[in-house]
Amino acid sequence: MHTRLRARRVTVAAIATLALLPLAACGADDPEGSDGAGTSAGADLDGSITVLAAASLTGTFTELAEQFEAENDGVEIDLVFDSSGTLADNAAQGAPGDLLATADLGSMERSEPVQASDPEVFATNTLVLVTPAENPAGITTLADLDDDAVTYVVCVETAPCGTLAAEVLDDADIDNEPSSLERDVKATLARVVEDEADAGLVYRTDALAAADDVTLVELDDDVADDAVTEYPIVTLDQSENPDLAQAFLDYVLSSTGQDVLTTAGFGTP
Amino acid sequence: MTGRTTSTLGRPPAVLVVPAALASVFLVLPLVALVLATPWSTFLDNLTSPEVLDALRITALTSGLTVVTCLVLGTPLAWVLARVDFRGRGLLRALVTVPLVLPPVVAGVALVSALGRSGLVGEPLRDATGITLPFTMTAVVIAHTFVAMPFYVISVEGALRTAGEQYDEVASCLGATRWTTFRRVTLPLALPGVVAGSVLAWARSLGEFGATVTFAGNYPGATQTMPSRIYTVLVNDPEGARTLSMILLLSSVLVLAALRNRWLTTGASA
Repeated sequence: MHTRLRARRVTVAAIATLALLPLAACGADDPEGSDGAGTSAGADLDGSITVLAAASLTGTFTELAEQFEAENDGVEIDLVFDSSGTLADNAAQGAPGDLLATADLGSMERSEPVQASDPEVFATNTLVLVTPAENPAGITTLADLDDDAVTYVVCVETAPCGTLAAEVLDDADIDNEPSSLERDVKATLARVVEDEADAGLVYRTDALAAADDVTLVELDDDVADDAVTEYPIVTLDQSENPDLAQAFLDYVLSSTGQDVLTTAGFGTP
Repeated sequence: MTGRTTSTLGRPPAVLVVPAALASVFLVLPLVALVLATPWSTFLDNLTSPEVLDALRITALTSGLTVVTCLVLGTPLAWVLARVDFRGRGLLRALVTVPLVLPPVVAGVALVSALGRSGLVGEPLRDATGITLPFTMTAVVIAHTFVAMPFYVISVEGALRTAGEQYDEVASCLGATRWTTFRRVTLPLALPGVVAGSVLAWARSLGEFGATVTFAGNYPGATQTMPSRIYTVLVNDPEGARTLSMILLLSSVLVLAALRNRWLTTGASA
């Protein structure tokens, strides 16, 4: 009897918790529902979209989404950041999302089955060399990496930044191997910021975002051409709000969007 | 045996049998799906590629060294926790088991803070000897030991407590020193726990990924273990990742089966 009573109490608690879940969801939906009715500025935009974006877009897309939300009442932009390949594969497998922005064209191709339009290039990025702020190994050019005593890290070749890094290292005939292949550009940068590595190859935008934590070393002109990647963006078939998705895509390509991107260190396509 | 239980205690109630069946399906189904999804035609080619052999070698070596480190350092710690009465014993036990609940990536960050080349211990170590730990196989073993040792210590401490102190006391009355007692009486009695703990630690080490990539990095032939390789490959080659997962699954099942025949059949604690 005693145990049965306790079991029932647990059941009641579980049901109460379950019952609260939809309420919580309602709470989150509510603002859009009520605001969206009257106040959307100009174009009839409301609701929310999810943007799947490459890790290197974390800073800029967060800023763009905030600006876009401020300009359009009742609109909500949710952002998911991960490595480009993972996002493209997830999208191709039907992961919820309205827009996909990757850090290279190769990853973008893998989302081909669910692309609702042709991908458009909205930015470019360049690989640069970074060292810890004090530059303990005294690195001034890419060639300085070719020394067994130098510990440096790059992205794994399955990530766009790793593909570029491999080409650049090959172009420059660097025989000293990297100490670690990091899963994405943020992880590579973190090694350098934490002073675990003497140098790392990351995007210019990440180097600029790290500001005083790292010292930026430009690549020589002869390898810099191979060190550029293009960022495409596309609307996805599974979008439940294609109008809003298209509006945000246009916003990224607009002069306002491009300003935000160039300020962060991206190049224009 | 099941027949006798049924006849004396009544039929197993559906309230228990149905969830038990659900739990079994839940645990087995993903593994069956993995077996079915593995591209077996390319399996052998994948298995014998140099990168995979490197990753397998590093995984085998580091998980083996992890178990050895646990035996050498963890056994005394378990004994101290089980047999020596001192202030703060509860606190010490709580502290050394924290890695059990720590997300492995956090464990990696903590290890970098302590043993990285600018870390609390890492920096003086580098200044004094020139040795840096990150990006070495030693770092892999350190990361694995950090996450695996708590499993081992808990298992052995449990076995020591279950065995009780009375045999130790008898040995002591008969004139054995405490070290002799530990060697000849305490440890043999706790052996099932030591074996079970070693298997747990080994299994934990085999699958360890988060702390390893965070602290030791990821480079083929140096620090890339099977789980690191699987994660790396998964990003753009899910098929290849399934093959690698299958290889890891098969090799761990083989080792566990071998162990089970040798040692674990009598040890109910496993």
